[in-house]
Amino acid sequence: MSDGSKTLALHGGLLVLLFALQFVLPAYHHGNLARIMVLASFAVGYNVMFGYTGLLSLGHALFFAAGMYGMGLAVQHGGAAPVPGLLAGIAAAVAVSAALGLLALRTSGVAFMIVTLMFAQAGYLTVLYFGAYTRGDEGFVLQQAQRVLWGIDLTQPDTRYFAALTLFAVCVLTTLALVRAPFGRVLIAIRENEERARMLGYDVFRYKLAAVVISGTISGLAGAVYGLLFGYVGATFASVQYSIFPLLWVLLGGAGTVLGPFIGTLFMFYLIDLSSAVTSAYMLVAGVALVLLTLFAPQGLVGEIRDRIWRWLP
Amino acid sequence: MLASLEGAVTAAVLALTAIGLSLVFGVMRVVNVAHGEFFMLGAVLAWWVASHVGGPPAVGFVAALVIAPLAVGALAALADMTVLKRVAYDPERTIVATIGILYILQQVTLMTYGPEARPVEAPFNTRLALPWVEWGEGGIQLYWPWGLSTTSYKLFVIGAAAAVLVGVWLLMARTRIGLLMRATQLDREMALAFGIPVERVYAMVFGIGGALAALGAVLIVPIQQAHYLMGGDPLLLSFIVVIIGGLGSLPGTVAAAVLIGLSDGIISVFFSPTLAKILATLLVALVLVFRPQGLFGTGAK
Repeated sequence: MSDGSKTLALHGGLLVLLFALQFVLPAYHHGNLARIMVLASFAVGYNVMFGYTGLLSLGHALFFAAGMYGMGLAVQHGGAAPVPGLLAGIAAAVAVSAALGLLALRTSGVAFMIVTLMFAQAGYLTVLYFGAYTRGDEGFVLQQAQRVLWGIDLTQPDTRYFAALTLFAVCVLTTLALVRAPFGRVLIAIRENEERARMLGYDVFRYKLAAVVISGTISGLAGAVYGLLFGYVGATFASVQYSIFPLLWVLLGGAGTVLGPFIGTLFMFYLIDLSSAVTSAYMLVAGVALVLLTLFAPQGLVGEIRDRIWRWLP
Repeated sequence: MLASLEGAVTAAVLALTAIGLSLVFGVMRVVNVAHGEFFMLGAVLAWWVASHVGGPPAVGFVAALVIAPLAVGALAALADMTVLKRVAYDPERTIVATIGILYILQQVTLMTYGPEARPVEAPFNTRLALPWVEWGEGGIQLYWPWGLSTTSYKLFVIGAAAAVLVGVWLLMARTRIGLLMRATQLDREMALAFGIPVERVYAMVFGIGGALAALGAVLIVPIQQAHYLMGGDPLLLSFIVVIIGGLGSLPGTVAAAVLIGLSDGIISVFFSPTLAKILATLLVALVLVFRPQGLFGTGAK
């Protein structure tokens, strides 16, 4: 088999497996997996910027929350149906990520991380400041009647799983197509050596800006879908913690791999799920994982597999 | 006036915390995201020491003032040697590692110390009325208006912080250790070639940075209570201060701490604190974008 068909077989196989799993999983894990697929889509968005373009953002909660609040506020206060709501969420994410990209990409390295962190913090505080509409930390709940898409009730576990799988498939196939296209190759070239990419005549700033917008839009889409599927919109999703999570998931799974974000999210979700049953200090697991990963496996799980076994992994 | 006095206390503690962050960034080029947790640990340890030492509150406080910074400094140096050294101070990986350290410290504190906020008693806390000057009948008059008062402890915080800052400056400018630090800051490779034990200097700088944050926290803890989540605000404010002051510039850091501390007290009187924070974070982000050398910094990076 050629590398291309191996890649398609592997990723297609994962999606088929996820499709099949919904018929056999017990209710608890069925619900978890739906949540993991939506969060993994967020991680896939993060990976476009961090894994493929080499831009470490500490403010991705901003995009996730932009999508979620764009959708949530349109549905709750604008009386929009889910589809216009989703479009409003996507539009918000595109606008926010383009604005952030234009400003933050003027810096690089450590300054870029701090700028993204600061903008995300400003976004979080803005959500709290407009507490009259967003209900601040408490958040608001979307009613069941507001979550019916083309007559499909998204509050049912089965349809919710299917919607999450659809989102995840769209995100994975998009990134797969992206990184195999010339555009993705240029992003990787920028990650490896920005100066050289510039010397070759590529407009590095435009490519990076495009990466930020694509990454922010995927993350925002995941945020909007998360709000719609689980019916809750709250300021927690804009907090620093939700900027750290995608970084953690992508690092654990393997930055710069298409499957990494999903694997990382799956592992971390269950790790935190199990430890939160034992202690309220469950973020300790996240901290230990971050330190151990930076020390011993900077490539992540899928990255290590690629280094040792399957060199063709995209 | 009263707002600016409160602001001066904030500024004093902020200057101590931020100078630690600035020192670490200046010498090691490391952005320490766990800095706020060193601050928090200082406060929590102060409570622990003060509640385990008998006698009058002053004894416990003085014990905390010595023990907490030393313990936190040792912990920070240990973190440097076990984690940061092993990732070779690569900027991205150190940031990720310090985020990990942040969560480890915070959550371990949650598990052992618990989620409650606990106070430490101030060693002395007499109320002082401040005189106010006014042009009255027959010339300048001093009078003591109602509500315009402070406590002796707050004045002590300001004085102590100023003394420590002078101490840090003396350490950097006048001692051999300071010389080694500055040499390492200027050119790591060259310092190494001249036989300076760069790794030990790094561990020491990281330790001193943590200890300064802890010291600031011990000073503030009789005014503010110790809590496991208290590291967030000082971290954010220290970032703001260090960036406005120019990354790695110590005098700039102190100037910015005074500016931010004073304006924070004054702004929050007029605006809601949330709006003040939004404006401050946006300002910092924009300063980094458009003036990366800081408002006080000069020259190229």
